Amino acid sequence: MLTNVRAELVKQARRPAIWLLLVIAVVLTITFGYVIPFVGLNGASGAPGSGRGLASMLPDAVVGSTLAGLPVFVGALALVFGVLVVGSEYGFETWKTVLAQRPSRETVHAAKLVTVAAGTLLGILALFASTAVASAVVASVKDQPMNWPGVPDLLIGASAGWLVTTMWAALGVLLAVWLRAVALPIGLGLVWLLAVQNLLSSVASPSLEWVAQVQKAMPGPNAGALAAALGAPSGTPGVGEIVGGGQGAAVVAGYLVVFGVVSGWLLRRRDIA
Amino acid sequence: MNTPVETHGLTKRYGTAVAVDGLDISVQAGEVYGFLGPNGAGKTTTLRMLLGLVRPTTGTLRLLGREPGPRSLDRVGALIEGPAFYPYLSARTNLRVLADHAGVGRSRVDAVLETVSLTDRARDRYATYSLGMKQRLGLAAALLKEPELLILDEPTNGLDPAGMADMRGTIRQLAAEGCTVLLSSHLLVEVEQICHRVGVIDHGRLVAEATVAELRSGGVLRVVAHPVEQARIRLRALLGAALVRGEGDVLELDVDTGQAARINAELVGAGISVSELGWREPDLEQTFLALTGGVHDAD
Repeated sequence: MLTNVRAELVKQARRPAIWLLLVIAVVLTITFGYVIPFVGLNGASGAPGSGRGLASMLPDAVVGSTLAGLPVFVGALALVFGVLVVGSEYGFETWKTVLAQRPSRETVHAAKLVTVAAGTLLGILALFASTAVASAVVASVKDQPMNWPGVPDLLIGASAGWLVTTMWAALGVLLAVWLRAVALPIGLGLVWLLAVQNLLSSVASPSLEWVAQVQKAMPGPNAGALAAALGAPSGTPGVGEIVGGGQGAAVVAGYLVVFGVVSGWLLRRRDIA
Repeated sequence: MNTPVETHGLTKRYGTAVAVDGLDISVQAGEVYGFLGPNGAGKTTTLRMLLGLVRPTTGTLRLLGREPGPRSLDRVGALIEGPAFYPYLSARTNLRVLADHAGVGRSRVDAVLETVSLTDRARDRYATYSLGMKQRLGLAAALLKEPELLILDEPTNGLDPAGMADMRGTIRQLAAEGCTVLLSSHLLVEVEQICHRVGVIDHGRLVAEATVAELRSGGVLRVVAHPVEQARIRLRALLGAALVRGEGDVLELDVDTGQAARINAELVGAGISVSELGWREPDLEQTFLALTGGVHDAD
């Protein structure tokens, strides 16, 4: 198992596209969490997040600022990461090459999930590091105190971020195994995450009570609720206190398990064409 | 010693289409077994079933005496339907990744690169490789586990003549070192050159299994005689009309070689001049076409 994990880690670590995803996640998080609100402080307005205020950019709000992007763009990038880790084996036609070397499908699948989890952990740590630097810069520029959250708060925030990104990446894994491809799973995943989910919460949910109830069991709104509970600024797309943080974490963890188990089951029972 | 490959009633259906139909093959230790058939005959599906990539609908199979599963691949190397690697990785890193999946030491990587003469290009990205180099890298991956059984699916596909000769030479060498080889191909000349036994598959069914020599047996006796019509009448009376064919001055007789002297004596005794009496073996292509009903993808 360990050598299979090492093989998967090498495949992803040497792949430029994976690092590009990480860079984009960092750039978007800093842009929407710090650059635009900072510009908004100086009079410009109208852009998303431009009215957040100085408090959301200071060190003691670093957890919320980091998690604010999870329900939408960071989640979307995590989904793309999951698709790439598994779907590329179909795209490159390398499943046959790998499985002919002896490992069972269950072992390779487990190794891929471990790799996905390692990748999302790295991503979350990189996001926290970059937002910490950005908030320190803002505090310095605006002559504000450097009050950092306590270690428990940072650990809880990082764990929540890791949970949410891993859940979205696991959905990417499932879509890749189900559709045995790369492009279609990414397309469908992004349509769901960026379009359908937002339409449900902003259009259907306010007018249809049953949609509002269903939302409480959906992965996106629960991820948004978890982010909100940990300080993500209200008004951020996808962030909302639709349920409590505890329920949000439990539902997201449940989806993570379901996505992992179903993708493993599908991979095991299907032929490798 | 376990039979390296053994299948009984191996069948694969996709909906109503039957890709492989009750296949019984047996590959003996140390031999190079040619799996011959036109495109779409079911060769690759069979090999994929052997490797556990495709689940049989019915039937059983054993590799090196083991039921299908990861353990059955412990000493099996394979190259299926062309090489496939990660294009952004170098040849060496690709093989290291596969060595990790195989659970073999990374020290094997340099050894197999040397075997397929790719050491000099080992640091180059796979995406920059020519088709011939890709095929060689595919063979290198198949050799990582020091296999007792090598399953190769059309390993010379797309290679130039020199590359084909190299690949065949390597396969011969591996066989000489004791490795059993199951080689699928639609290239008759390849099978003729390197295989000990051949299984011919058509529409998913095994239509013949024999040595190359056995497949080429059953030739015809060519007779050139004057006057030919008189010879034809005489031979039809002697052998039966069904066994005497041919047009013009040449008659072809479906008889075995032991009857040649008797036929010559009969014709000469009847005052017919025999200017040529010779045995002509069929080539593998004719046999292949006859067995597969004339479907001809063979080179």
